[in-house]
Amino acid sequence: MIALILILVLLVLMIAASVYAVRQKDLLYAVIATGIISLILSILFYLLQAPDVALTEAAIGVALTTIIFVITIRNTERMEVENDKKNNTKSAAK
Amino acid sequence: MDSAYFQYLNYAIYGTAVLVMLTGLYAALVKKSLLKIVIGLSIVDSGLNLLIVTLGYLKGGTAPIFSSGYNGTQTMVDPIPQALVLTAIVIGFGVTAVALSLVIRLWRHHHTLYIDEIKNLKW
Amino acid sequence: MKKILVLLLLAVVGFYLAGTFFDIGFGNSHFVKNDAIKPVKDIYLQQTVQELKVSNAVTSIVVNFRGFDTLGEVTVLFLSVTALGSILYKKRHHVGERSVLFSASSIVTSGSKLLFPAIVLLGAYVFIHGHLSPGGGFQGGVIIATGFLLMLLAYENYSVSHNGLSIVESLAGITFVGVGLLGFMNGGTFLQNFLPTGELNNLFSGGIIPIIYIAVGFKVAAELTGVIYTVLNEKGEQNG
Repeated sequence: MIALILILVLLVLMIAASVYAVRQKDLLYAVIATGIISLILSILFYLLQAPDVALTEAAIGVALTTIIFVITIRNTERMEVENDKKNNTKSAAK
Repeated sequence: MDSAYFQYLNYAIYGTAVLVMLTGLYAALVKKSLLKIVIGLSIVDSGLNLLIVTLGYLKGGTAPIFSSGYNGTQTMVDPIPQALVLTAIVIGFGVTAVALSLVIRLWRHHHTLYIDEIKNLKW
Repeated sequence: MKKILVLLLLAVVGFYLAGTFFDIGFGNSHFVKNDAIKPVKDIYLQQTVQELKVSNAVTSIVVNFRGFDTLGEVTVLFLSVTALGSILYKKRHHVGERSVLFSASSIVTSGSKLLFPAIVLLGAYVFIHGHLSPGGGFQGGVIIATGFLLMLLAYENYSVSHNGLSIVESLAGITFVGVGLLGFMNGGTFLQNFLPTGELNNLFSGGIIPIIYIAVGFKVAAELTGVIYTVLNEKGEQNG
C-alpha cells in the first residue's frame, strides 16, 4: 500500500516537472526541471528491476545533459523573450 | 488486493509516460525560442525510454542477473527492452549535443534565437 | 488558431497511443502459453548461464547476441562527436578563451583534487566487472567523463590534450573491430565468441565479452571528455 502511494507521488512529480519546463520563461529553471525529470526517471528504472539502465540514465541525463545546456545558455541568451521591437525597427528603416 | 494494485499502476505508469511524451512534443511544435525546442526534444526522449522499459516488467520478477544467491526458480524480468533502451539513451544524448552546437552557431551569426526573425533575415 | 490545431492533433495521438498500452496490461506476460515454441527471452536467459557462463544477462545480449547493434551505436556516437567538433570550428586566434574565467574557491579546488582519482577508479571498476554485476562499458565511460568534467570546472587552466584523446579513441575502435575480425578467422562469423569460457561468477569468464567492453569503456570516456572540452572552450558574446 505504501509502495503504491510512493510510486504515484513520483509519477505526479514527473508530470509537474515536465509542464513547468515547458511553461517557464527563464531558461535556466527549465533546464533544471529537465534534470529533475531524468533523476525521477532513474529512480523509476530501479523500481522496475533494471539496474543497468538506471546507472546509465543517472549519469548521462543528470550530469552531462545539464552541463551542456548550461554552457549553451551562458553563450546565448537567458530569457525567452518574444519581442517585436526589432521587427518594427527593421521594417521602419526600409 | 494484488490485482487492484496492478490495475491502478497500469493506468498510472502508461498514462504518465504518454503525457510526458505529449508535453515534450507540444513544446517542440508551438514554442518560438530555439532552446525551448531542443528542451522539448530531450523530454520526448525521456518519456519514450520509460514507456519501453515498462513493457518488459513481469509480476514478481527480479533483476536479470545470475548472482551467487539466486535459487534458480524465481521468474526474471525481460532483459531485451533493457538492452534496447541502453542504446537509446546514449544516442539521445548525442542528438542533443549536435542540436545545441547548431544553436550556438546560429547565435554567432544572427544574434537572436527567435525563429520568426531568423526566417525573415534572408542572409 | 495554431495552438488549437496542435492540441487537437496531440489529443488524437495520445488517445490511440494510450488505448493500445492500456489493453496490454502492466506486468502481464505477452506470450501465449505454448509448449512447442519457446519465447526469445527464455532462450537468451538459458544460453547466458549454460553456454556463455556470464552472470549479467543484459551484458550478454548487448555484446554477444546483438553485438552488431553495439558496433552501430559506437559509430553513431563517433559521428556525433565529429559533427560537433566541426560545427564549432574556430579560427586559430580564438583558441584559448574559456567560458570558465576564474578558479573556484579553495574548498572546491582541494576537494576535487582528492576526488578525481577515486572517480576514475570507480569508473574503471564498473567497466571491468561489466559481466558480473550491473554496469559495463557505457556506464563506466560516462563516470570517467564526469570526473574530467569536475576537474575542468574547478581549475581555470586545466587542459586535456586533444591528441591524446584522439589516439585513445582510435585505438579502442580498432580493438573492437579487430576482435570481431579475429572471430571471422576462428569461428566463421563476425564477432563470434572464440575464447574459452571459464566458470560462472569468475573474472576471466565469458570469452571475448570483457575485452570488447573494456574497449567500449575507453572509447566512450575519451569521446565524452572531448565533447565537454569542445563545448567549454567556446566564448561567445555574453548577453545577460
